[in-house]
Parts: sequence; structure tokens; C-alpha cells
Amino acid sequence: MNHDSIANILLTTMLPGNFVLAMFLGMCPFLGVSQKLETAIPMGLATAFVIMVASISAYFMNMLLLHFHLEFLSVITFITVIACTVQLVEMFVKKYFPLLFRQLGIYLPLITTNCAVLGVALFQTARQYDFLQSVAYSFGGGMGFTLALILMAGLRERLQLANVPTLVQGAAISLIVGGLLSLSFMGFSGIGGGE
Amino acid sequence: MTSLVSNFDEFMDGLWKQNPIFVMVLGMCPTLAVTVSAINSISMGLATTFVLVASCLLVSLLRHAIPKEVRIASYIVIIATFVTVVDYAIQAISLELYEALGAYIKLIVANCILLGRAEAHAAKTPPVAASLNACGMGLGFTLGLLAIGAVREIFGSGMLFGVSLFGPHFQPWVIMVLPPGGFFVLAGWLILFAAIKARNSSQLSSGERALEGGKS
Repeated sequence: MNHDSIANILLTTMLPGNFVLAMFLGMCPFLGVSQKLETAIPMGLATAFVIMVASISAYFMNMLLLHFHLEFLSVITFITVIACTVQLVEMFVKKYFPLLFRQLGIYLPLITTNCAVLGVALFQTARQYDFLQSVAYSFGGGMGFTLALILMAGLRERLQLANVPTLVQGAAISLIVGGLLSLSFMGFSGIGGGE
Repeated sequence: MTSLVSNFDEFMDGLWKQNPIFVMVLGMCPTLAVTVSAINSISMGLATTFVLVASCLLVSLLRHAIPKEVRIASYIVIIATFVTVVDYAIQAISLELYEALGAYIKLIVANCILLGRAEAHAAKTPPVAASLNACGMGLGFTLGLLAIGAVREIFGSGMLFGVSLFGPHFQPWVIMVLPPGGFFVLAGWLILFAAIKARNSSQLSSGERALEGGKS
């Protein structure tokens, strides 16, 4: 059993243990969808929602697996649950926000292969969080992901006005900016007990 | 013998021309997370290669049997199966390595390269070509991981494959083994490749002197 307090988990996952910037989970959307603020925010929130649902279902699935001693099936069950949740979100967005659906494009179904979602399910199991701790962990993680995505989008919008050398354009400059962002998030270490 | 040539092309495609890390910039999570040392990088790369080849082969063999509507789900289940195999294999071979890589072995499932290859290539090609392409991709991925892991290990802890390089007075450049180091080293490699490419293509127009891409 793990005894981290709820507030501790929330703060840690949002700031010093940020999924994107400290644990490198969910890099693909972080680099792919962070060009514009208006797509970054819904993308972040959609991912946060999937993380929440996936985490809660993973908690109960894990209980079931433990009961039948089928722990080796954990990866398969988790990823299947996640794929179903993503399908649900995709249908919902397509029905009610068709414009947003087109803007997000391929990145919406790709939430399935977002390591952050599977990562939450795996890490909460590995750390033996109880139900409330899992919810806090996934909520903090989702918010941290959204925060990182929004910050990155803001920086990249500014970057379009900057005079970037031809060689560094594209992925390289995004990585450098991401590195600096990660560096600044390290300044939060110590908040919430630290990693 | 044209098929032999085209098969070799399939292999080289993934290894070099479409290198998943440096050209396509895919599979970033393991690329940045586990590359703190060269050993970790190689093991991660080989584990991914195994899953990639096995799942691409199976997807290719089953490409007429899987209905279009549920293909993504089927691919994911196939991939997850092989990841579970690798996860338990590594645990059995070396517990130390297993602890170093942690949850990132299981996270191979969520590596975009795998689903991307299964969907974009293996589902449309016969088994031999598909597995060769997957093999090339996997080795290209391993190569990329090794390139990043080696730089980070040399600067971050003064060692390569656990062998001390600079003697006891070396001051480690700690930032390299911390998360930001991963971003910077990968960016450095990308800049280096862009510089080489620019120099090769602009040999006639020497006016534009490319900025020398140094490693950050």
C-alpha cells in the first residue's frame, strides 16, 4: 500500500513530475498538436478525459485481474480499455464538434497510442495506489499534460514570429524549446514531496 | 533477382532513409526516457525491434483475415501480446535491466512506430517484405537510441557501456542524464543531420554558409 497523500500526488504529477516534461510520456501529441493554442486546449482536455476514464477503469480491471491471478494480461486489458474510451471520445467529438474533429485530425485516434494514458494505468498499478489516489494521480496527470501542451503551444506561437536559423527549423527547435521548458519545470522539484 | 534487391531496399529504408527517430521523429517517449545510458538504449531498441518484427509478420500474415473496421484494435492486441512476452523475457534474463527500464518496456505498446508500421506497411505487404522492413525500422530505431544514449552517458556520467572514460577527475555534466538533456541531445543530432544534408545539397551554391550544428 502506498501512503502518499492526495494533495501530494496532485501537486507532484502536475508540476515536478509532469508527465510530458519529466517522464516523457505523450511526446507525440506534445510535439505534434502544440502548434496552435486553439487546438492545444481541446486536445489537452480530451486527453485528460481519456486519462481519467482509463485510470478508473484500469483500477477496477486490475482488481479483477488480481482476483483471478491473471496479472500477465494487464497490458492487453489496459490497452483495450483505452482504445474503447478513445473511440467513445472520438464519436462524441465528431458528433458535437465537427470543426474541432477536423482540426485535430489524426491526433485524436492517436490518443490510443499516447503513452501518457497507458503510463497512468501502469504506474498507478505499480505504485499500488488505492482508488482515491488513482483518481488524484490521473487528474493531476491529465491537468499536467494540458498545462504542458498549452505552455508549449504559446511558446510555439511566439516562435513563428522569431527568426529561427534554417538548420534548426522543424523538430529541432521544438525539442530545444521543450528542453528549456523541462529545465524550468525542474525548478518545481521539492513541491509536494518531490520525486 | 529483382525481389532480392527490393527486399534489401525495404530493409535499408527503415535503417537509414526513413530512420524512425532522426527522419520521422516517431516514438519519442522511449527515445527520450530510457536513453540515459548506452546499455539501456540497446536493450530498449532490441526489445522494440523484436516486437516490431513479430507483430508486423503476424499482421502481414493475417492481412486478409482482419476486417477493416476492427483493424486498429486487432493490431493493438497483437502488439500487446508480444510486448507481454518481451516484458516477461527481460524480467527472466536480467532483473537489473528490468528495473532500469521500468514501465517503459510495457509502454512499447504505445510506441507510435509499431502501430504506424502495422497500419501503413505490414497491412499491405507480403510477410517477407513486411518483416524485413520492420527489421530495418527496428534496427534504425536501436541505432538512434544508441546515438542518443551514448552521448548522454559520455557527458552525463563520463562512461560508455559502464566503462569510465575520463578517469576519476571528470566532473559529470549532470543535466545530460536529467530529462532536459534528452531533449537537447536529440535536438543536437537533428541539427547535425540537417547540417550534413544542407552541406551535401548546397555544394554548388557555397554562398549560404550553413551554421555549424554543434551538439548542445
